[in-house]
Amino acid sequence: MLGSMTASSATLPFLALLIVGISLPMFGGGYWGVIATRACVYWVLVSGLNLVVGFGGQIAIGWVALLTLGAYTTSVLVAGNVTPALPPYLALAIAGVVGAVFGLIIGLPALRLRTFYFAITTLGFATIVTQVALAWQSVTGGGIGVAGPIFPDPFASQWGFYYFCFGLAAICTWMTANIAASRFGRALTAIRDAEVAAEACGISKSALLGTVFVFSGAVAAVAGGLFAGMQSYITPDAFTLDLSILFFIAILIGGRGSILGPLLGTILLTVLPEFAAPLVAWSTFLYAVLLLVIVLAIPGGIAEILDFKNRRPLESDRAITPRPELLGLLFGSAPSAGALTLDEVALSFGGVRAIDGLDLEIRPGQVHGLIGPNGSGKTTTLNVISGYYAPQRGAVRLNGAALPALARHRRARMRIARTFQTPRIVSSASVLQNVMIGGTIDGRGTFVESLLSLPRHRRDEATLRDTAMLALAAVGLERLTRVRADRLQHSELRFTEIARALMIRPAFLLLDEPAAGLSAEEIERLGALILAIARAGTGVLVVEHHPDLIFDICHRVTVLNLGKILAAGTPAEIRAHREVVNAYLGA
Amino acid sequence: MLGSILSTGLAVGSVYALIAITYNVMFSASRVFSFTAGTLGMLGGVLGSLFIARMAMPVADGFLLALVCGAVVGIITEIVAVRPVLKSLDQHLYVLSTLALALMIQQFTAIEWSTEPQPFPRLLDIARGGFDQQIWLPMLACAVVIVGLELLYRHTLIGHAILAIAEDNFAARALGLPERSLRLASFALAGVIGALAGFAGGEMLLAFFANAPLLTFYGFVPVALGGMGNNRGAVVAGLLLGLFQQAANFLVGGIFASVAVFTVFIIVLLARPEGLAGATFQRRV
Repeated sequence: MLGSMTASSATLPFLALLIVGISLPMFGGGYWGVIATRACVYWVLVSGLNLVVGFGGQIAIGWVALLTLGAYTTSVLVAGNVTPALPPYLALAIAGVVGAVFGLIIGLPALRLRTFYFAITTLGFATIVTQVALAWQSVTGGGIGVAGPIFPDPFASQWGFYYFCFGLAAICTWMTANIAASRFGRALTAIRDAEVAAEACGISKSALLGTVFVFSGAVAAVAGGLFAGMQSYITPDAFTLDLSILFFIAILIGGRGSILGPLLGTILLTVLPEFAAPLVAWSTFLYAVLLLVIVLAIPGGIAEILDFKNRRPLESDRAITPRPELLGLLFGSAPSAGALTLDEVALSFGGVRAIDGLDLEIRPGQVHGLIGPNGSGKTTTLNVISGYYAPQRGAVRLNGAALPALARHRRARMRIARTFQTPRIVSSASVLQNVMIGGTIDGRGTFVESLLSLPRHRRDEATLRDTAMLALAAVGLERLTRVRADRLQHSELRFTEIARALMIRPAFLLLDEPAAGLSAEEIERLGALILAIARAGTGVLVVEHHPDLIFDICHRVTVLNLGKILAAGTPAEIRAHREVVNAYLGA
Repeated sequence: MLGSILSTGLAVGSVYALIAITYNVMFSASRVFSFTAGTLGMLGGVLGSLFIARMAMPVADGFLLALVCGAVVGIITEIVAVRPVLKSLDQHLYVLSTLALALMIQQFTAIEWSTEPQPFPRLLDIARGGFDQQIWLPMLACAVVIVGLELLYRHTLIGHAILAIAEDNFAARALGLPERSLRLASFALAGVIGALAGFAGGEMLLAFFANAPLLTFYGFVPVALGGMGNNRGAVVAGLLLGLFQQAANFLVGGIFASVAVFTVFIIVLLARPEGLAGATFQRRV
């Protein structure tokens, strides 16, 4: 009931825009038709770019390059400069394909380079495409330009062409909204806000961003074809960097991770200069001012301003009450694996030996404690297992087979899950969405199926949602599922991470200081939860500083000092070990 | 032809190298790359033309005033676009804030100055020759800056303090170094270097607002290839970039030269994301 209510209230603004858009010719003059057409064309591009910038967090400022490419491809094919003249709709489709290819090429550097580098390379692309358009006279007509395509009936008239663009804009809205509400959309936000956690959940950054660049490039080039259709003649002058900035800023004004926000942002930025004619020359300057103000004052954009439901206060005293009995239901009959073993693993950073010949065996159904003073190599051990570091000597084995080094995102498929010393959470997403990220690899539908909301996508979503609700109930957070994660307390974030890790029904679960910052009562509940997880068949490795928790729940304990094993055995043996008591536990 | 490629290539390369140093000086003090680097170069040319050609100031006065304006823009960058977002460096908001400021300056220039390239005055009253002032002035500026920075960083107390901050910000602050004023000073210095780049290369590049994005891009190439914060690497890479671009210009023509530069840049970066000279280790978890 509640779910369906929010679904309808979320679609309400879109329906209102749809009605306004359809009925526009009834009360708008011809001039407004031109502006509305332009807004639709821009939105076709921005909707795709929004997945790259707003969801994926990639600072692509030169996307006008793809608009240029699409405009010239369509116009040149229709004009028949190089090939026999093609029908406009076919040319538009070909432009989409060309855009998809170039979207991938422009996007590829993002997989290797850091933010500023990527921003600069997209900027470089935008500059170069314009220069090529100017100089390749035989094809593009150089500075004189080439005639824009005329789309034949029923879309030849001004309002006819408007409806064509409006229809495409509506379809793009629907498709990107589908992606936003799918495992792909959530995975993108995870790459943006918590890349390390995304990898641990099995999300492949290159595959996902690559797909999104293809989609975004295709719609941007289609927008370019439509853009050319709006003009009788296109020249390189029409594709300034200012346009790129407009697209980019529309998304940031709208807010990252939203569809409605950037849609409103695009409409606002297209229409605004029309109300203030003297300001037209200054419009890019004003966009830049707006960008600065938003970055400094309201990083959340319009979407945050419109987010009323997350302004209601939360109950102040809310206890986390895990229900470990639900774990059986959650895990079903997960196949139990053999053992996860470390043989003689060694790793040094420069001259520092972080771990030095470490042997470790984690068995299914057991809790293994890893303790030791700071700098003794505990977290490094976790990072070697989960693939952040490659061991320089020795091997990590699962059922006897060596795990591929540095293949972080492949750990989840082997049912190895982990949490982090500092919770890695998508703070702008709800608790439920955060936990659903954990189940990304269990989706069956493809990106295209999600784009078009086909049955397999809907089944995936329903399954993921149910599993996530169950995981949240098991860790005791079911009352907070719809709350935005940045409003949670620290201890709740820790349990959210555990719920996320449980989504893949882990054969092995690595917990990095799960009790840090928890109250005594919460630590007790955490202990019971970890034990229940182990009883369900999972092998758990706990890195901890709380000796009480370790000795209460662990079946075996390994004590590290300076990267070497100081002692290993049952909790009772460790407690009695003289060196351990001296070096670490204290008398 | 070879002589022309060499001289023009080295001259343009010197301007790129200076912009790269501008990036580096700001980066060392703040761990931030700023989009205003190329904008400063553009301003150097526009202000030089404004003061000397349009307002008929003596060359020396116009030169100094342009550098002072560069310093002011550097300081404004620090205060408006860098300081407020330093707290959350990991969110990369600086990319957006410095981009916004760079655009504001660029658009302001386009509207208030001109959208067309304007001539830059002859600086020295000597006859045009084969090895003209528009060729050797940028090279001279680049040499002066690199020698000056070496002296500053190696032989003065302030220089040592700036290096300490670049090396380890927290440790430097724990030692009691005035990190904020040193950062401000570095941004002022970067402003001067950027303006000098545009001023020295003014006759070649003209006083044109659209030089800003070009210099922002071509000035960053040496930073990326020479290694972040590495000024010597930046100079070598900048000169090579200039030579390569000019050679490609002669051999395959203007546009395909840009495409060639861009392609090489991308390929090198994809193969060596830390630059040809740099290597860094980052802890992620």
